[in-house]
Amino acid sequence: MRAVLRRELSAYFHSPIGYVFLAVFYFFSGYFFTLTCLRSMNASLSGVFAGLFSILLFLVPILTMRLMSEELKAKTDQLLLTSPISLTGMVLGKYLAALLVYLLGISITLVYALVISSLASPHWPMVLGSFLGALLLGMAIIAIGMFISSLTQNQVIAAVGGFGVALFLILVDGLGSYLSNETLVNLVMALSFYQRFESFALGILSLSGVGFFLGVTAIFIFLTIRVFEKRRWS
Amino acid sequence: MIEVKELTKRYGVKYAVENVSFSVGEGEVLGLLGPNGAGKSTIMNIITGYLSATDGTITVGGYDILEQPAKAKSQIGYLPEQPPLYLDMTVEEYLHFCFRLKKLKGNKKQHIAQVCERVGIEDVFGRKIGNLSRGYRQRVGLAQALLGSPPILILDEPTVGLDPRQITDIRNLIKELGKEHTVILSSHILSEVQAICPRVAVIHQGHIIADGSPHTLAHSMAGGNRLYARIDGPKEPVRRMLEQIAGVEKVEELGPREGAFEWAIYPKEGVDVRRPLFFALSRNRWPLLSLQDNEMSLEEIFLALTAQAEEQARQQALEEETSEDEDGASEKDVEEEEELQ
Repeated sequence: MRAVLRRELSAYFHSPIGYVFLAVFYFFSGYFFTLTCLRSMNASLSGVFAGLFSILLFLVPILTMRLMSEELKAKTDQLLLTSPISLTGMVLGKYLAALLVYLLGISITLVYALVISSLASPHWPMVLGSFLGALLLGMAIIAIGMFISSLTQNQVIAAVGGFGVALFLILVDGLGSYLSNETLVNLVMALSFYQRFESFALGILSLSGVGFFLGVTAIFIFLTIRVFEKRRWS
Repeated sequence: MIEVKELTKRYGVKYAVENVSFSVGEGEVLGLLGPNGAGKSTIMNIITGYLSATDGTITVGGYDILEQPAKAKSQIGYLPEQPPLYLDMTVEEYLHFCFRLKKLKGNKKQHIAQVCERVGIEDVFGRKIGNLSRGYRQRVGLAQALLGSPPILILDEPTVGLDPRQITDIRNLIKELGKEHTVILSSHILSEVQAICPRVAVIHQGHIIADGSPHTLAHSMAGGNRLYARIDGPKEPVRRMLEQIAGVEKVEELGPREGAFEWAIYPKEGVDVRRPLFFALSRNRWPLLSLQDNEMSLEEIFLALTAQAEEQARQQALEEETSEDEDGASEKDVEEEEELQ
């Protein structure tokens, strides 16, 4: 697993993908930070995190699109799957590499918190709660993106699939207000990432939220492994 | 070292490999020979654990590939048809990654340097794989397979797409490797298998249709020995003379060539009639223009075998059809045919 993790991390920074992801992410988080904190004399980072939700959902597919598709296309999966590492180790190595790059991105918010702390006193539980929320959100969405990437050897399709899921997750909250059927509303809300993320951003550590994101993560990592298993057997 | 038992791989209703069994002993070099799409790569992918078989068992170095995959896989160095290279890495980075991936122990730098020297890629060690030529990429792939010097090497079409010089190089390298490793090699090039492998398995449409040394294959296909002689002499006297040579079983005239006659001479099993033939001809002052024994080349064997296999399949299909008719199961078909007419 460590060998795959190292190779994936270096791949992100051998190609422009890692840099582009971080640059775009830092740009938009800086934009939100400047507007909602610095310009409006606000010591709370919740505006930044709220703004970052959509940005994160949109950028993560860039990070995950190549994870499996590239291997399938170059047939390097043959190397990985015939080496004495386990399939689970291979998938987890790749997953963790994407997660580390993601973590590198969202860590900028901690820098912002430090900037604020030099000017005023930030509400640390809220900052850390939001950070945890962003981390959990990333874990789930990276797992989904990796799963989509394992389905195709075309990176563009993997990215578009990821964007589709991201858009759906952004729109699904709005959908609830148009529905009258209560069961449907509940169903739609059960899928909502934003509501759960928001409660973290408000500084509420909700166990059900943690469980939800971890559950989604586990399910999609499991499904990714199954995709490879199935490809082997079919 | 490798034991393949009743291996079957099915994609939907199509059989890629059907009921294939063979075993490869330690230090043996086996060539899998077959046209494209015969199932060679599938067999290799299953032995290396990349694909799973629909049916059958495979043990590698005593470990079942399904029960103890990690142990079985660590016995194998595999070069797939398309070398599994990361084009964004340098050769050095790539080989270091493979070293870690294979969980190898020991002096990494020294071992990698040795392997590089062996396959001749020291001069591109620091270059990006994406910028290398086909020949170098193939050799980097081979270096990857050699890392940790695994007891078994599985090489899928190792010389495909290389220029003649590189092909010779790689063949010589594989011959060298065959002295220390058990090697399975696939190819659709007959001369290649003939040059490298003391043992050949011919694969056609997912079946092994022949297994043996190129020599025994040639012998068994030729149906015994035969000599072709072109003799400048009158037809009937030559025939009588040939039939009188001790050890000659049958003589056949194949027609006039170059103003002389071409003869096929069938000697008895294990008898060499070339010397008596020469002296008999010189006594009669009939010049011998050419003499050839007919050990079939691998090419001819291959064509003969595949033609045989196809013929068998056709007959089987015919038999099935007729038995269906007998059952009366195809009455409907008959009616439909009548309607069509």
